[in-house]
Amino acid sequence: MKVINGLKYSKDHEWVKVEGNRAIIGITDYAQDSLGDIVFVDLPEVGRTVKAGDAVAVVESVKAASDVYSPVSGTVVEVNTNLEASPELINQDPYENWILVLEMSDPGELDSLMDAEGYERFCEEEA
Amino acid sequence: MKERPLIFEMSKSGRKAYSLPHCDVPQLALEEMVPRECLREEDARLPEVSEVDVVRHFTRLSQLNYGVDSGFYPLGSCTMKYNPKVNEDVAALAGFTQVHPLQPAETVQGCLEILYRMDRLLSEITGMDRFSLQPAAGAHGEMTGLMIIKAYHQHRGDVKRNKIIVPDSAHGTNPASAAMVGFDVVEVKSNDRGEVDLEALKAVVDDTTAGLMLTNPNTLGLFEGNILEIANIVHKAGGLLYYDGANMNAILGIARPGDMGFDVVHLNLHKTFSTPHGGGGPGSGPVGVKKELEPFLPVPMVGFKDGRYYLDYDRPLSIGRVKSFYGNFGVVVKAYAYIMSMGAEGLKRVSESAVLNANYLMERLKEHYLVPYNRRCMHEFVISAQRQKEKGVSALDIAKRLMDFGFHPPTMYFPLIVKEALMIEPTETESKETLDAFADALIEIAREVEEQPEKVKGAPHTTPVRRLDEAKAARNPVLRWNP
Amino acid sequence: MGRYIPNTDQDRREMLEKLGLHSIEQLYEDIPCQVRLKDDLDLPAALSEMELVRHMKDIAAKNKTVDEYICFLGAGAYDRYIPSVVKHVLVRQEFYTAYTPYQPEISQGTLQAIFEYQTMMCELTGMDVANASMYDGASTLAEAVCMACQATGREKVLIARSVHPQSREVVYTYSRFRGIKVHEVGYDDGMVDIQELKRLVSDDVAAVVVQTPNFFGIIEMLGEIAEVVHHFGGLLVVSVNPVSLAVLKSPGSCGADIVVGEGQSLGNPLNFGGPYLGFMATTQKLMRRMPGRIVGQTVDLSGNRAFVLTLQTREQHIRREKATSNICSNQALNALAATVYLSVLGREGLKEVALLSMRKAHYAFEKLISEAGCSSMFPAPFFDEFLVKVPVPVEELNRALLDHGIIGGYAVEKDYPELQGGWLVAVTEKRTREEIDALIREVGRL
Repeated sequence: MKVINGLKYSKDHEWVKVEGNRAIIGITDYAQDSLGDIVFVDLPEVGRTVKAGDAVAVVESVKAASDVYSPVSGTVVEVNTNLEASPELINQDPYENWILVLEMSDPGELDSLMDAEGYERFCEEEA
Repeated sequence: MKERPLIFEMSKSGRKAYSLPHCDVPQLALEEMVPRECLREEDARLPEVSEVDVVRHFTRLSQLNYGVDSGFYPLGSCTMKYNPKVNEDVAALAGFTQVHPLQPAETVQGCLEILYRMDRLLSEITGMDRFSLQPAAGAHGEMTGLMIIKAYHQHRGDVKRNKIIVPDSAHGTNPASAAMVGFDVVEVKSNDRGEVDLEALKAVVDDTTAGLMLTNPNTLGLFEGNILEIANIVHKAGGLLYYDGANMNAILGIARPGDMGFDVVHLNLHKTFSTPHGGGGPGSGPVGVKKELEPFLPVPMVGFKDGRYYLDYDRPLSIGRVKSFYGNFGVVVKAYAYIMSMGAEGLKRVSESAVLNANYLMERLKEHYLVPYNRRCMHEFVISAQRQKEKGVSALDIAKRLMDFGFHPPTMYFPLIVKEALMIEPTETESKETLDAFADALIEIAREVEEQPEKVKGAPHTTPVRRLDEAKAARNPVLRWNP
Repeated sequence: MGRYIPNTDQDRREMLEKLGLHSIEQLYEDIPCQVRLKDDLDLPAALSEMELVRHMKDIAAKNKTVDEYICFLGAGAYDRYIPSVVKHVLVRQEFYTAYTPYQPEISQGTLQAIFEYQTMMCELTGMDVANASMYDGASTLAEAVCMACQATGREKVLIARSVHPQSREVVYTYSRFRGIKVHEVGYDDGMVDIQELKRLVSDDVAAVVVQTPNFFGIIEMLGEIAEVVHHFGGLLVVSVNPVSLAVLKSPGSCGADIVVGEGQSLGNPLNFGGPYLGFMATTQKLMRRMPGRIVGQTVDLSGNRAFVLTLQTREQHIRREKATSNICSNQALNALAATVYLSVLGREGLKEVALLSMRKAHYAFEKLISEAGCSSMFPAPFFDEFLVKVPVPVEELNRALLDHGIIGGYAVEKDYPELQGGWLVAVTEKRTREEIDALIREVGRL
């Protein structure tokens, strides 16, 4: 299982990359592996405001649909439209192929997320 | 030409499979009857084929299928029992099929009699007071039953009851039906015996509980032995008890949901009462209720007065209609014929045999597969391929391999609370010899998993097509033929 | 009664022995004795096969059928001719004794037939995608209303009063419990009252629901309605008669977003109201909002074309309470009947059926007015069913016709009190000129 240093991680297996006030969000290698072949990503509309913990997107395999919960609050400013035609990109590289970008309303929320090491431990405990 | 062409790919301009009489009335042009702007400019591209083409095409397609008449079909929770032929014959009588649903009541007394009698028969079998035959399928019955529950609470002014409790072992239709009726769903977990956890149940019921949906025996094939306590807990909180009749085949003439404290039930005539599944339908999902809930049943009901049957629309508290006309009447006729053929003693023997068959099969498989709830089962049971999974072979692989042995696989990956689940329901219409042959096949497959797992993982090897790329189908949906 | 249970008493003993048990009773030890039935069920004595057939024939004989009577009754169920081939395909056990094609490797027959069915429905409706069928026209319309509300995030729907009264009732039932508000739009000269529609529509309307040909048999002008509803961001839901689509403009080409209908006319007998099938088709955009099974094309491991249930994450067995609907089964066998029917009739045949029915209906309409004392109620173009006002009470007329071997039209005043004396007459391709003339004669006599 691949975990990347420098990212923040949630207990629902999302990762966050922080760039200034922007939070780039995707799902982890662990998440894509347990889902299997990803066949569809239901992206949110740009402009939508979400609270931390809200379901903001859905990632689907043939036999499962998994909500992507926003790790932080904010407004959706960008979505990865490449995933519309090629959802399997997430399987190929879950960290390269982000799902959406939020303009954060409360960057303080980042503190409650795990770092790479913490997330690795979390996954081990879950398994 | 492809090996299995679509009917469209066989089309040739000028071919036809129909013959219609000459027009014996003035031959008006379309434009004389309908303004041109309402007319189609391009034809719908329906195929142009000969009658022989049609017959051979669909015969060939049928040969790619596997039905109950082909062989053993132990699909758990679906009760794939034999569908008696005579029931098909009697349901095909012109006196039933050639009757318009809106004909005057005096011309449809026979149809109304069937519906009326079925209401009485099903009420007796389940211990309820009144049945509506209108719902078209089990899920439709669930929705109807939950509407009745909601209407009942609303009528009493008890409007805050917005929650339906379902066990974590429930069919997916239960929570989905509750959502259709605008309820919130609360899941209650099962205990280590595979039954509803009473403490967990107590913790979730309150004055917002509208009801609990329960399948009994449950989807693990286990009888909820605490059913009276469960009923008591829910009723005390002011909720109602809903019986999902998917597993009624276990308890015909043995026990009745009405006597267990259930207030609303649905049955699946296409499961318990032997009507064919039709490749996915039509089914029929009658809903039965206790007296208190009778006013809320859908309209119309069939009444009987002064020696005549009639459609009763005068039911002011009814939830209304859930379907046009009176339900899947043709299916009801077959189920009626089945009950009339079996009688009380026959139905009891059905359940006894279904339960005996399931227990016998489970016993034969115990040593070879993990049985997560190792106790007496009812008409079906769940095994787990967890041991085989350690060798890299999944429940799916085993299911696929069964096809090579000439069997339809069991239900896979359900209920959700068992990992690598295979849910097996043999039904009463299978002989000991068939059960033994199936057990032998599964045991052989368990051996293959040890010795040559690749053979199982690559299965099926003998079917008309091999495993399908389901991810491709979902990623780039091709849902229709394009020229 | 034992004929469907193969195990003998000897078999039972052997099986019990294997379980270490001595009686069947022991199998039921988990059932608390308080709920065990003490007595046998009180059911009629079991019938032998011969007795059953006689019993069923006796009951069937109490009905009057459209074989013996001449049927001019429609109103949502139609007495059409079903080519012999349809029955012969449907009795193949591989189709009717199978279940939902969960295992595609041994279900290609059902799957390919459904794929062909979906294609035919798309062709007729002019839409992008169709599902594998639903319970019936009315419940499918209700599902379409729910789907439109989910897709738009709105909870208000406008439905034309010219939609079949039973379909509207089912829409009310489904909507009431989900908190969807339904308002009716009246009719003007038998068609959707566009002015009223324009007054009622707003940007909180999820959908406008119409039927064409509508309950009165009249062809609605969809294009204008589509414009009105789309202007406010709502969806157009259209219920159609599939046979009419052989000649009438497809709702897809008029801007419909969801098209549904009752498929009984396509190769399914009247059967006292069921089983029938509901069909649903929609746009690519709304594809993932659609309820029900859907079959898609893919390949197997050898690269051969094959078919499989797809887009299943919409469904209850995966999404549970978040599913697009609770529907689990479809009406596969009825959809198969429709597929075979449409294959037999084909491109030309379905047009001929439509044209024959229209000509006969127009002949009957003219004659009822010119020779039988009926009057026209709405001056609008109709398909193969029409409304006339009869000079005598409708129930009286229908009773008298029955004595002459005719099942008369539908009395619309039951559902539309303002249309007293309204008689809805359906004329399918099965009616001969002789039969129509008999109708005219008998009506004229009254």
